[in-house]
Amino acid sequence: MVMSQTKEAFTNAQPLEDDIAVSVRGVSKNYGDVEALKNMSLEFPRGQLTSLLGPSGCGKTTLLKIIAGLLDADTGEILVNGKPVSGPGPDRAFVFQDFALLPWASVMRNVAFGLELRGVAKSEREDKAAKYIKDVGLQGFEGAYPHELSGGMRQRVGLARALSVDSKVLLLDEPFSAVDEQTRRKFQEDLLALVANENKTFIFVTHSIEEAVYCSDQIALLLPRPSRVHEIIRPNIDRSKGVEHIRREPEYLDIVDQIWASLRAYVE
Amino acid sequence: MYINGYKLPNMSSLLVWGLLWEIIGQTGWTFFIPPLSEVFATLFSIIGTPAFTKALYETAQAFLAGVFFSITIGIPVGIFMGRSRLLDELLLPWVNIFVSAPLTALVPVLMVLFGFGLKSIIITTTLFGIWIIILNTRAGVRQINRSLVEMSRSFGASQFDAFTKIYFWAALPEILGGVRIGVIRAVKGVIIGQLLISIVGFGALFELYASNFLMAHFWAVLIVLFALAFSISEFLGYLEKKVAYYAASR
Repeated sequence: MVMSQTKEAFTNAQPLEDDIAVSVRGVSKNYGDVEALKNMSLEFPRGQLTSLLGPSGCGKTTLLKIIAGLLDADTGEILVNGKPVSGPGPDRAFVFQDFALLPWASVMRNVAFGLELRGVAKSEREDKAAKYIKDVGLQGFEGAYPHELSGGMRQRVGLARALSVDSKVLLLDEPFSAVDEQTRRKFQEDLLALVANENKTFIFVTHSIEEAVYCSDQIALLLPRPSRVHEIIRPNIDRSKGVEHIRREPEYLDIVDQIWASLRAYVE
Repeated sequence: MYINGYKLPNMSSLLVWGLLWEIIGQTGWTFFIPPLSEVFATLFSIIGTPAFTKALYETAQAFLAGVFFSITIGIPVGIFMGRSRLLDELLLPWVNIFVSAPLTALVPVLMVLFGFGLKSIIITTTLFGIWIIILNTRAGVRQINRSLVEMSRSFGASQFDAFTKIYFWAALPEILGGVRIGVIRAVKGVIIGQLLISIVGFGALFELYASNFLMAHFWAVLIVLFALAFSISEFLGYLEKKVAYYAASR
């Protein structure tokens, strides 16, 4: 009896206010007559990776861009570390689906570009960029141009740029959807390492169920028409045995099936 | 181009036409076409004469000033039009009218407004060059990848940063194309200005030679003008090639 009460209290427990890096409160967004988001509320725990998962048209990218401050919400507010958001800010960095690299600039300048826009002196920003270029495994490509790199390498540049500005919140908009399957798997493993090593909050938009379950501490399952949070899932997968075991965990397989059961009705 | 497996040097067609010109000139068919050899002989005899260097200086001065204004006004206006819906709606009709307007007909009006001097010639030159630069820059800016714009905003770029670090560079291939055509049109503009406004520079030489039927002199000055315009255009074409590597992957 006591045991079950404890367990119940544990699962119902809301994370403490301090442990929430980003919270979305009652956000709505319309494009003309189309309701992209309707009164959406969601919390993102600090230091964890939360996926926004759902079929196309569920407003997941819209929500991410509102959090980034790139779009304005019609109603509601976004709090980052308790402060309301009114536009892009240094507390958040964005990784783009199509990489958004400057084609006329070298890898070094691209990675340092976020710092350049923040007015960091050239030598300082290049030191910092060099560190992150190394971290993402692009050492030796500092002088290369984006058109000389593969898709996966370009996204590594995008990732290094977002990391180098040292924002506490990282927003990733389907970052691996434009790279091939094998590169994607490597990226997912690297992402787990990043979440473990960097003390950052990751908000990750994806349409891949497996990717969401593999990488996430928390999955927000969004459904369209009207756009809403259908379910919050916290996969409790034991990742300590190493990344190669994750896809064989029963928990992993169960959650993938469970999510597909929820989504299949919404896929044309 | 290859003929029977031999690679022809660049601009071989000029040799063919030059040869044809020489033959027709030698037959004495019309005074309008003196032999090309005579044209070149005249060319070398007038280059270096005070009258020629003075004309070259006057033309170059008006031309460079006109091109300078076309570029420094045209590119920012084009960028603004490409970025701002309001400005675009306001200015586009005028740009489209002027890009196709018979500007020569406007020159007398400019003379009334700005006098008979260098100022009017520079304004004429600018009016010939600027519109296509605006249109091309606008087109270049309008096709910028949206996520590049979002990227700069998300990293906190000021409007000024966005203009100088993103829009200008992203539109550079189109801008250079526009400048190349604008410069060629400005050559026309400066000569028309010098013919109609005040008879100075190459315009005066053309006027003098044509009215005295000195066709060899006329062609010689035309060849000099062509060579200048051609070198500028080739140089800009070379710059365009240098940015072509990213034109395809923006």
